[in-house]
Parts: sequence; C-alpha cells; structure tokens
Amino acid sequence: MIGLSSYLVLAALVFSIGLFGVLTRRNAVGILLGIELMLNAVNINLVAFARYNGDLIGVIFTLFTISITVAEVAVGLAIVIAIFRVRRTVEADRLDLLRG
Amino acid sequence: MTLNVGLPLLVLAMPFVSFLLLAIVGPLRRTGRGAGLVSIAAIAISFAAAVFVWTQGFVAEQTWTWIPADGGPIATVGVLVDPLSNKMLVLVTLVSLLVQIYSLAYLSDERPAPLGRYYTYQSLFVFSMLGLVLAPGFLQMFVFWELVGLCSYLLIGFWYERPAAARAAVKAFWITKLGDVGFIVGIVLLWSATGTFEFTELFEKAEQSALAVPGLALIMFLIYLGAVGKSAQFPLHVWLPDAMEGPTPVSALIHAATMVTAGVYMVTRTEPLFALVPGVLTLIAWVGAFTALLAATMACVEGDIKRVLAYSTISQLGYMMAAAGSGAALAGFQHLFTHGLFKALLFLAAGAVIHAVGTNDIFRMGGLFRAMPQTGIVFIVGTLALAGVPPLAGFFSKEAVLGGVWEAHLAGPFLMLAFTALLTAFYMFRVVFVTFFGRAHAGGHPHEAPWLMRGPLWLLAALTLAYGIWLALHGGEPSGEAPAWLPPLSIGLALAGFALAWAMYQRGAIDPVRVAAALAPLDYLARRRYGLDALYAGLYRGILLGFSRLIGWIDRYFVDGILNALTALTLRAGDGLRHIQSGRAQDYVYGVAFGVLLLFVWAQVWR
Repeated sequence: MIGLSSYLVLAALVFSIGLFGVLTRRNAVGILLGIELMLNAVNINLVAFARYNGDLIGVIFTLFTISITVAEVAVGLAIVIAIFRVRRTVEADRLDLLRG
Repeated sequence: MTLNVGLPLLVLAMPFVSFLLLAIVGPLRRTGRGAGLVSIAAIAISFAAAVFVWTQGFVAEQTWTWIPADGGPIATVGVLVDPLSNKMLVLVTLVSLLVQIYSLAYLSDERPAPLGRYYTYQSLFVFSMLGLVLAPGFLQMFVFWELVGLCSYLLIGFWYERPAAARAAVKAFWITKLGDVGFIVGIVLLWSATGTFEFTELFEKAEQSALAVPGLALIMFLIYLGAVGKSAQFPLHVWLPDAMEGPTPVSALIHAATMVTAGVYMVTRTEPLFALVPGVLTLIAWVGAFTALLAATMACVEGDIKRVLAYSTISQLGYMMAAAGSGAALAGFQHLFTHGLFKALLFLAAGAVIHAVGTNDIFRMGGLFRAMPQTGIVFIVGTLALAGVPPLAGFFSKEAVLGGVWEAHLAGPFLMLAFTALLTAFYMFRVVFVTFFGRAHAGGHPHEAPWLMRGPLWLLAALTLAYGIWLALHGGEPSGEAPAWLPPLSIGLALAGFALAWAMYQRGAIDPVRVAAALAPLDYLARRRYGLDALYAGLYRGILLGFSRLIGWIDRYFVDGILNALTALTLRAGDGLRHIQSGRAQDYVYGVAFGVLLLFVWAQVWR
C-alpha cells in the first residue's frame, strides 16, 4: 500500500512544476497550463486526504474543483483567443496595455 | 489722579496719540502734509502743557504696577515729575515742535508718503524721549531709552535708498547698542543688589547710606556705559558724525533735544547714585573732558558744515559729562538746556544754508551773508552762544561747567575744557567766515529760506538771547565758588579763538595750509578721526566677520551636511528599491512564492 506522504509529495511536485510554469512561461497558454497543474495538485491532495480519512468530503470537493477548473479554462482560453485575434500574440510580457 | 500727574501724562500722551493715528490710519499718513499738521498739532498741545507744568513747578510721582509679584511689584511704570523733568519736558517739546514746523518747509520736496512716514517717526521719537524723561525707574527708562535708539535709527535712515544713510543708521544703532548692553546689565545687577528699579527708593537708600552693596562701582560704571553710547562719549562717539546722513531737521532734533541728551539726563537724574562712587565720577569727568577736546580738534579740520556741528555736539556733550563727573550735574544739565536751544538753532540754520546752496561743503559756499542775511544773523547768534560770549545763554552755562570742574580740583579736565573753549570759538568762526563771508563760490542763486523755516530760527535765536539775559539776572545754577578770574578767562579764550579764525580765514594773515603743514601729524590724525573708525571697522571685519564666517562654515558644511547626506541617502535608496516594482505580474508572483517558501522554512526551523 502506498502511504499518504507519497501522494502528498507527488502533489507538492506537481504544484511546484505548475508554479514553475506560471513563473517562467511567457506564453499565456503556458501560464494557464501551469495554473491547471497547480489546481490538479490540490485535487490529488484532497483525494488523498479523503481516502486517508475514510470519508467522501474530499472527493466531493474535488468534483467541485474539477468543474470550476473546466469553467476557468474555458473562459481563460476564450480570452486568450480573443487577445490573439486582436494583438496577434499571446506573449504575457507584451500584453502590457494597462501597464502604467 | 491729580492735575500734577494728569498734565505731564497729557504731555506724554499727545505724541503717542499722534503716532498711533498716523501709524494706523494709512490714508491720513499718506497725505504727507496733513500728517505733518496732525503731528505738529499734537506736539503743540504737548508743549503748551509742558510749559504750564514747568511754570507751575509741579512735583509728583505716580506709579502703576507693571509686573506684579508677592511682596510688591517687581516693576512699575509711571511718571516722576520734578523740576528736572519739567525743564527737560519743555526743552524736548519746544525743539521738537520747532523742528517739525521747520521740516514742513525743509522736506517740501518729499513725496507725500515718505513725508507721512517721517512725521510718524517724529511723533514716536518725541513720545519715546518724553517717556524717558518722565521715567520714575530704571526699567521704564531703559524701555524708552531703546525706543529712542530705534527712532533715531529710523530717522537717520530716513533716506534709506542712499547706502550711506542706511549704513549710518545701522552704525548709530549698533554703536549705541554696545553701550546699552552695559546699561541693562548694570540695571539688572543694581536690581538684584537692592531689589528695586525706582529712583526715589534708590535715592532714599543712598541717603541712608544703605546702598553699600558690593560692586556698586562696577554697577554704576556699567550704567554709565549706556550714557557713553547714547551721549557719544569717547570711544563710542563715532556714530554721531555719520548720523548727519539723515535730514537736517533730524540732526537738529537728535543733537539738541533728544537721543544724545538722554545719556546726560540719565546721569543727572541718577546723580545721587553716582555720588556714591567717586572713582566712576572722576572717570566720567576725564572721559568727558577728553571727548570734548578730541571732538573739537576733529571739528577744526572738517569741511562738512553739518559734521562740524556734529563734532561740536560731541564736544559739548563732553562738557556736560565732565560737569556731571565733577559733581556739578545741575550745571551740566543747564548746559544741556542752553546747548539744546542754540544747537537746534545752528543745525536749523545750517539746514537753511544747505537748502539754499545744495551742498554740505563749506568751501563751496562763501559770501552767503549777502544772499541770506537773516540766516547769517541767527547762525552768528548761535555761534556766539556756542563759543561762550556773554550775554548769550552758552556763556553762563559753560561758565558754570568750568566752575564746577575747577571746584572738584580736576586740573587735567579743566585745562582740556579750557583749551576746548578756545578751539570751539575757532572752528565755529571758521565756519562762519568761510560760509557767510569771503569769496562767493556757490553757483546758482542762493536765497533766503521760506518763513516756515525762518520763524523757528528767529524764535530760537531770541530764546538763546533771552535765556542768557535771564541767567545773567538770576544767576542760573549755582556754580559754587567759581574763581573771579574765570569769566575773563573764558571770554578771553573765546576772543582768541575768534581772532585766530579771523586771521586765518577772513584776513588771510595766516595761511591755513601752512598751519596744517606745521601741525601735520595732528592734522593727519584729526582728518582720519584718530583712526577710531578704521579701528572699529577692522575689529568688525576681524572678529565679527571672522566669527560669522566660522558659524557660516559650520552651518553650511556640518548642519546642512548632515541633512544633505540624509536626503542623498534617501534618494539613492529609493532609486535602488524602485527596480523591485517592475510592473510584471510574474515578478510579483515570484515574490509571493518566495515569501511563502520563507514562511515554510520559518515554520519548519523555528517552531
């Protein structure tokens, strides 16, 4: 049987990879992917704890998270596509119209 | 409040009311002549009241609490009315009245606004002097003493656009302040020793010989220092010739009735206190006599008519101080009174001459007697009075002074004063001969002054004569057992001076240039005012400027340096920290992530 801490380490790794992606990617799609990874790391945590505690609360939370994530990605990608149509780029550094 | 106090208070209040009126009501002041009329009206009422007070011989003292304290007030204000202050009130108001009337004509070319300012200052000046005269204690006297100094500064610097006038005003202010420092230190020391500022209390203690406080000689010397500055005694006399930069009526006022007489008046007023310290008195007499002689020699080589008169004022103040120092303070005060009359006359007459020819240099005048005989006559009357020719007022008062000094067995001062009498006659007749007789140099057409200026002149000339005759009949101040040879001696000295001036400047029998060459070292020194001005200038540059430079350096490089370093540091720090705010969201997320990491580490290591 694989212990709880292994799941947690896996989740921490996925989270870190996601964070790394968010920090280093210049492409908006890449950043969105990074965010997805971080969210899924949380999902892993939730499911792991649910199993460990023997109840379903964590699982239910995870279902919510997945559906919210889907919505978020849908809206986020839609925005990215809209931006791409106007600016012909999705480089985050160059989307600086609001910068003071 | 009785009439005895009320009327002197009225004398004091009128100029103050006029001053307030002119100072607060701007439109009235800016009318110029209107302001003058207000001021003249006020001083005329003052004068009338003063004459009434004098003739009635009021004596009174009234004080009000100024600084209350347990066990009696620390300081009081009030009026002290006695024969001395009565007489002084009359002199001050009379001369001020005539000067103000005269100024209406003399300053008729001024624009209205400055003229109004002039009369505002004049009113304040008269008020200050009257307050000083009536002061019942040292503290009030000091307050008005300073006010007088301030007003003289304002009036000497009346034409403040002229650098020379502005400098002269500052010089007069600072030099007299030098003495005033001694004055106030003396007053405070006296108060801490006796617990009172009041003259009457102090005199009572002096009479009961309860004033044997340690260091009284020092205290009185310090108080005397105030008089040295105000009354232009050596070595603080240097401000007075420069004060000639003010308008001529101001010079007349300062030199005849106010300001310079304040010192003599103060010494006369506190004579019972000075009598306790014979050492200081002797010093006063010697300094006075020396001042008289020194100023007279400088007057002999001066070519500016007003400066000659200024030196003669210093010289005569020396006489008064010498008399006070010899214990004949009342004789000195009498000389103050007569001198006030004829010196005002001389200055106003000189003003008329300057007004007519437009220069102060006597060698550019000449032959003016034909053009302006009336001014000439009154000037000669004043000259005769100053030279000490009977029956004019100056003769008797100078006589009393010399008698007093002889009485005190002060041979040195007596000889100096006697020689000064000779010089006085010489330099005054030198001015008369060069200015009014001799060859005419003046361009243009000098003409007699308007009646507004002539009136005061004739009045003063008449008073000089009348007061002299009155003194001759009534004897004036008792000058003690003056030796019988004194009157012939002083007349002889005056005549000798007259003859010398006549021979040198009218007859041409003796060439002034050769006399100057024969006395070259003395001539050189006198022309350079014995180097005192240079000495003060040097001291000023050396000490004061050096000190100021040091302070300036410290301020610039130390005090400011700290601040500059702080501001530079702040700027540099801000400049460096600015780069943190890149404006890129990812950088901020870096920050957040790093912060969270730190929190984790902190939680792991320290908990």
